[in-house]
Amino acid sequence: MQLSLQGIGKAVGGEMHLADISAELTSGLNVVLGPTGSGKTSLLRLIAGLDRPTAGKLLLDGRDITALGVNLRNAAMVYQQFVNYPSFTVYDNIASPLRQGKSHDAREIDRRVREAAALLHIEPMLDRLPSQLSGGQQQRTAIARAIVKDAELLLLDEPLVNLDYKLREELRAEMRNLFIQRKTIVVYATTEPSEALLLGGSTMVLDQGRVLQFGPTLQTYHHPVSTRVGTIFSDPSMNLLDAKIEGAQLHLSADLAFGLPAHMADLPAGQYRIGVRATHVSLSPNGADAIPALADVDLAEISGSETFLHLRHGPLNFIAQVEGVHPFGLGAQVTVYLNRARLYAFDGGGKLVGAPIIGDIREGSGHGTH
Amino acid sequence: MARIDLVELSHSYRPNPRSRDDYALPKLNMTWKDGGAYALLGPSGCGKTTLLNIISGLIQPSAGKVLFDGQDVTSLQPQQRNIAQVFQFPVIYDTMTVFDNLAFPLRNRGWKRPDIQKRVEEIAEILDLTGDLKNRASGLGADAKQKISMGRGLVRPDVAAILFDEPLTTIDQHLKWTLRRKLKQIHAQLKLSLIYVTHDQVEAMTFAEQVAVMYGGEVVQMGSPQELFEEPAHTFVGFFVGSPGMNLLPCAIEGNEAVIDNIRIPLDPERAQKAAATNSPLKLGIRPEFLGVVKTETTPSGTIGVPTVIESVEDLGNFKIATTRLGTHRLKAKLPETVEITPGPAQLCFPTARTRLYADDRLIAA
Repeated sequence: MQLSLQGIGKAVGGEMHLADISAELTSGLNVVLGPTGSGKTSLLRLIAGLDRPTAGKLLLDGRDITALGVNLRNAAMVYQQFVNYPSFTVYDNIASPLRQGKSHDAREIDRRVREAAALLHIEPMLDRLPSQLSGGQQQRTAIARAIVKDAELLLLDEPLVNLDYKLREELRAEMRNLFIQRKTIVVYATTEPSEALLLGGSTMVLDQGRVLQFGPTLQTYHHPVSTRVGTIFSDPSMNLLDAKIEGAQLHLSADLAFGLPAHMADLPAGQYRIGVRATHVSLSPNGADAIPALADVDLAEISGSETFLHLRHGPLNFIAQVEGVHPFGLGAQVTVYLNRARLYAFDGGGKLVGAPIIGDIREGSGHGTH
Repeated sequence: MARIDLVELSHSYRPNPRSRDDYALPKLNMTWKDGGAYALLGPSGCGKTTLLNIISGLIQPSAGKVLFDGQDVTSLQPQQRNIAQVFQFPVIYDTMTVFDNLAFPLRNRGWKRPDIQKRVEEIAEILDLTGDLKNRASGLGADAKQKISMGRGLVRPDVAAILFDEPLTTIDQHLKWTLRRKLKQIHAQLKLSLIYVTHDQVEAMTFAEQVAVMYGGEVVQMGSPQELFEEPAHTFVGFFVGSPGMNLLPCAIEGNEAVIDNIRIPLDPERAQKAAATNSPLKLGIRPEFLGVVKTETTPSGTIGVPTVIESVEDLGNFKIATTRLGTHRLKAKLPETVEITPGPAQLCFPTARTRLYADDRLIAA
């Protein structure tokens, strides 16, 4: 299936919420990644038919659905808050969309309820009331209800944000596989880059009501078209350093200059912003592309398996994410290595002009290798 | 600031508790040192909010004592206890200015005007709120409001401890970095006793010097982030800390090897012998970060390869996760992004120095 968003805009009382959104969404997972207030919920509500756009059109497999209300759209939505009927059992909650409108016979309903419950691993809870369930089970019930009617459009608005960390991890891993074989167009809104990467599929990066980039998730991650996408689609944010290219050298600071990596060789002299992800700053040299830099440690945050170092080199501030435990006292000095082959070059306007060449991103597969 | 001792503490929400299951907190002995940065980490329903409310005085424990600097405060009301608490959602007065919000706890305690001025400015400076002091709180964003909320917790220098109850849950991903870093700096500057409650392992581990992991009303481990990662004292800690969590497999011991579905895995002899001496059910644990996967015949030195099949490899941008098969079990391995690996036959390597054994879910120490 294909949902075509054509120049969608939404203004509320003169205030712009969404502007000029054009994108082709297909069956499977479409992640909408953006910070709080970027317009994710507004976009989902328009797709569901809960709101109407003030500009543009929505076409579903070529059919104009812009004017159709939510009840005519075959859409289902899952919210941050767990929404279930409190007086219905889990079974009746899941069955409820099948009992409205179109008549299904009891056997068909039973088959589909059990199938949805099995997918979400809540079969043993079918006779319970929502209040007798944990938060994770309640949200599983809400998701089962959303998928039971095989809606053409399934909208998930940060569905895991109110769940415990471990439950999130578990449900996320299932989500990735839940929609692979289905024709449903799934739109999944999140603020977390790691969630987008775990879900795979395609990712739309949304900021201040506009689409900054849309493409297969891994390709978007490895090829952020602007500094803003680099910032939004990295956790911690991509480090951005002011730099200058002069005589085939990249100058990051007065005492930190080195030969241009191959993927920047064609860039003309001038001012640039250099992007480097925290994982590409390391404590040990890794091959010929390791560029040493002496830095002051502002703070070392240890997460158990990794350490986040907040570093300063002259005028440059950046974060390194390194494997292992590395306690540094305040004010310690350390030599870190920037991986030259993994630097991004952005022009003065923040537009990507040089990106590392990475593995198999040209296949355009966001699903990894299976 | 004070040292907090919890002595033989237990709590039940039921009128006549009999069995262990009737208790939200079965029995607890622990010490929070003066000036320490602690986290209380656990899933919903593990008892961490109950414990926090007992420390702040919102709940009277069924049995046991709460001591602040050796003094019994168990029967004292929250307002008599000198505890500051910061909640998940900002608790501030929208109609007041930022200055008045921060000054409120001090005015309530009859501080003199110049002292208030000085202290509020100091706290505002630390939290980057100086520019907003004259503005009304209502016009500010969610992050600024939560900073004010934190500021109100931090402003009193005489509190016994500051309790943070999931303070960053509603904060945007990128702002979390800034605020967490702020909290760490504040702790280094002001040497306050901080207890930070969260279900988010990353928040707990990056914030705290010592993390208490709670499970089923019990603190199953109190340790540094490194200890929780490298030496999980309980299978729950292995599972809960780390993403993905520790691989845990039921096993038997024969000689210096673990046997899982007739597959033999070499072990540290000392741990293996201790495990062989118990009658409790045993599990082998290995973190995805330490489990090696190679497609070649040769394995890294010091390891013996165990035949496996790689079922899938997920590329997560910064790293890859390989799902592998061992007998009837599935194991996850975390691999660097640069590793080129595809599904199919391979070998698993269990470094003996990183492979752990659990009897009745408790770590068998070396």
